[in-house]
Amino acid sequence: MDPVKLHYDISGTDFTTAGEASGKIKKTLKSLGFSPAIIRNVTIAVYEAEINMVVHAGGGEIDAYVSPEKIEVVLVDHGPGIPDIGLAMQEGWSTAPENVRQLGFGAGMGLPNIKKYSDDLQIESEVGKGTTIRITVLNK
Amino acid sequence: MTIKEILETLDAEVFTGADLLDREIHTACGSDLMSDVLAFVKEQAMLLTGLVNPQVIRTAEMMDMVCILFVRGKKPTLDMIDLANENDIVLLGTPYEMFTACGRLYSKGMRGRSGK
Repeated sequence: MDPVKLHYDISGTDFTTAGEASGKIKKTLKSLGFSPAIIRNVTIAVYEAEINMVVHAGGGEIDAYVSPEKIEVVLVDHGPGIPDIGLAMQEGWSTAPENVRQLGFGAGMGLPNIKKYSDDLQIESEVGKGTTIRITVLNK
Repeated sequence: MTIKEILETLDAEVFTGADLLDREIHTACGSDLMSDVLAFVKEQAMLLTGLVNPQVIRTAEMMDMVCILFVRGKKPTLDMIDLANENDIVLLGTPYEMFTACGRLYSKGMRGRSGK
């Protein structure tokens, strides 16, 4: 299999379409023949990150690099940034507004969940500039 | 149990997937918090929820769930129905509230993540 690159622009205004890119990545991985367990780990991690991007950062861009060895997904936004990544990684810590909680999110499980489902998670964030998240899932 | 048996147990109506009612489901979870579903669900194939928005369908899609049941007479919107159809997810609705819907399924042999 030749490496595959995927790119998605994520709207920050329409919460109803959040998850569309994750769904498309899932379908692509399925068509490439990855195992259901690997596909699930990737899509849950990316879906959480995509929701975060819409909820907190006003959208952004998602790039996925798929090879037989691993799936790497990079999410870049130009939102407010994360002041304290250690705090944001704690289960239950959330700064999500009330309207997001009403939609069933904002329980403070997003980043911990991304870590749980990925083999590697790198977060770079600068307050006022934005956040870049790199999710790697190994095809093992 | 099959989705058809679930329908009968819960006096439910079918919104999508009328041709998929022979599917077997053995485990389920009930939650209005999609964050929890993403964090704690393992192999459960069915979601019972009182939450109505497209992210419910997305969450089920990511978790490979095959059936969503809306409790307390709630109905999915048209965009949710389209999304469910696209992903072969069966959408059902029951007049029973969450507690009763879960209890009726449990009494028929449906189990949660623990299997107990």
